[in-house]
Amino acid sequence: MKRSPGTLLLRWSGRILIAAILLFVLLPGIVVAVSAFNDRAILLFPPQSWSLRWFWRAFSYPDFAKGFWNGLTVTVWASSIALVVGSAFAFAIHRYKFRLRNLLEGILLSPLIIPHYTIGLGVLILASQTNVGRGFPLVIFAHVVMVLPFVMRSTYISLENLDIRLELAASSLGATPLRILFTVTIPLLIPGLLSGWLFAAILSFNEFTATLFVSSQATQTLPVAMYNYVREFADPTLAALSVIYIVVTATLLTIANSFLGLGKILNVDAH
Amino acid sequence: MLMRTNQMAANTSVAGNDKIRPAVQLDGVTKRFGDSIALHEAWLKIGSSEFMTLLGPSGCGKTTLLNLVAGFLEADSGEIFIEDALVTETPAHMREIGIVFQNYALFPHMSVAMNVAYGLKTRGVDKKEMARRVDEALALVKLSGFSDRKPRQLSGGQQQRVALARALVIRPKVLLLDEPFSALDKNLRGSMQVELKQIQRELGVTTIFVTHDQGEALSMSDRIAVMSAGRIRQIAAPDDIYRRPADRFVASFVGDANVLNGRLVERNGDAAVVSIGDVRASVPAASLAEVSIGGSVDVFVRPEHLSVTSRGASGSLPGTVTTQVFQGGHVDLYIDAPGSARDHILLRSPGIAALSSCPVGAEIGLSIGSDDIVAFPPGEAP
Repeated sequence: MKRSPGTLLLRWSGRILIAAILLFVLLPGIVVAVSAFNDRAILLFPPQSWSLRWFWRAFSYPDFAKGFWNGLTVTVWASSIALVVGSAFAFAIHRYKFRLRNLLEGILLSPLIIPHYTIGLGVLILASQTNVGRGFPLVIFAHVVMVLPFVMRSTYISLENLDIRLELAASSLGATPLRILFTVTIPLLIPGLLSGWLFAAILSFNEFTATLFVSSQATQTLPVAMYNYVREFADPTLAALSVIYIVVTATLLTIANSFLGLGKILNVDAH
Repeated sequence: MLMRTNQMAANTSVAGNDKIRPAVQLDGVTKRFGDSIALHEAWLKIGSSEFMTLLGPSGCGKTTLLNLVAGFLEADSGEIFIEDALVTETPAHMREIGIVFQNYALFPHMSVAMNVAYGLKTRGVDKKEMARRVDEALALVKLSGFSDRKPRQLSGGQQQRVALARALVIRPKVLLLDEPFSALDKNLRGSMQVELKQIQRELGVTTIFVTHDQGEALSMSDRIAVMSAGRIRQIAAPDDIYRRPADRFVASFVGDANVLNGRLVERNGDAAVVSIGDVRASVPAASLAEVSIGGSVDVFVRPEHLSVTSRGASGSLPGTVTTQVFQGGHVDLYIDAPGSARDHILLRSPGIAALSSCPVGAEIGLSIGSDDIVAFPPGEAP
């Protein structure tokens, strides 16, 4: 069948539009990634000479190494605490009807609508009022608050997907509620719990705004170290760090996806 | 009033079973969900080794009753006994119940053997004994050699066998089956029914079976409790349910039934005579207590109790054949008989003779057999 010029035009304009949108989405990443290979000590796109030396600098600059380990400490603690606390709350909200249930759910999900600088500022004010020093516990506390909703959500969705009849069957077979929790419920929730942890970790590791308020020189995380760096230097080291970061995160997510089926957990609508 | 007669029906059929100690007993158990009553004062005694079926349409309360026996729900009032022990408030894990769900609910992260062993582990059975009993249970359901498979590697029928083995291996006081066949295809369903019934008889395990399929209920049960709208309408052996339904719901839900327009002619103790046109038939009188002589009644006649005679033969109703449906072993005739019935009348004629003798458009006479006719006060179509 011969297509009319109108259909052809529509087809091609559609393709161009999609390409344009994709380009638009990926452009910042592409620009930064390409700039990372610039030989000169300025951020320039496109580069005129090429080098890998900024990657070397990204690894060797002491503040970045320290920031990385600080960030990792904060991330592991914050995500793990949020996992335990968030899962417990998700469980309570999913399984039990109690007074103020909706209020509790609202409070726990509120960090989604409260800006990070507000959380950072709030934690900072609290810390100075109570004379709590600006050490790791403070940063971890702020991070727990921010990632809690994500962990809760992911556990809640896993609970929604769990067939209640598995637990009923276990109880008919003589298992106490505690035994059911450890032999049936938790084993089947593990993919959801792990992906909740992973998302929390990625968010926490990336978090900048609130961390800027609550961290000190000794506890600054990688994004804060990067911010401080860019105030002094304008070379492509940050671009190189970005490339490393994107590659590592993408690899982690790909591995996690093949093991955990993240799509299943992200796509299912919890009601 | 309906309530009263039902309870009487329930109590009389229980009286016949009094010699056997009931394995399960429900005394006036009621369950509400919010404002709606899911189960209204259920009275039920199930004998030891008995196969009791709860039959009814969806939402009739049969699954609620099952969940109450299992301990998954708490009764609002009434008492539940299992083997003489009051269990109304006993948690599910202490009731020693085996249950097979419609979707089998096998633990997906455990092998077949681990699924079956689960209930033995909770009981602290030692390793050797556990292995022996798991093997025995898998042999019982013909799945020896499948121990190491995961549930997702099994077909629906095999998964069901595992679920059955898992429920039976703990030697439960009661086996509960929640629509276990509805997820199977038709051929497999038939053979699983036969097999399940054999295993049940062999082990003598008291069984409560929930289904909406009247064919399943009639073929497998020792007794059936027909339920609708949260109430038990009749408890009786399958042939009694079929031949002497207690009310119009039971008469129309179990088996096919034609509803003919009749009148009450006279009462003779337990029996009554009704007329349909010129035809007279004897029916049980109990269900017609509220109808006065000469009042109209609905007469329920099974399709196989109708037969074709020549038009105008004495004791027959006039009718016209509108449709023939060949069913292999029998022929279904749909007959238009205005005046005698609101709807078409279904007549089931054995063999294939009716195919040629009663072509569409044939004007025939309908004669009604003398057995198993019941009549109820007129009402809406059930």
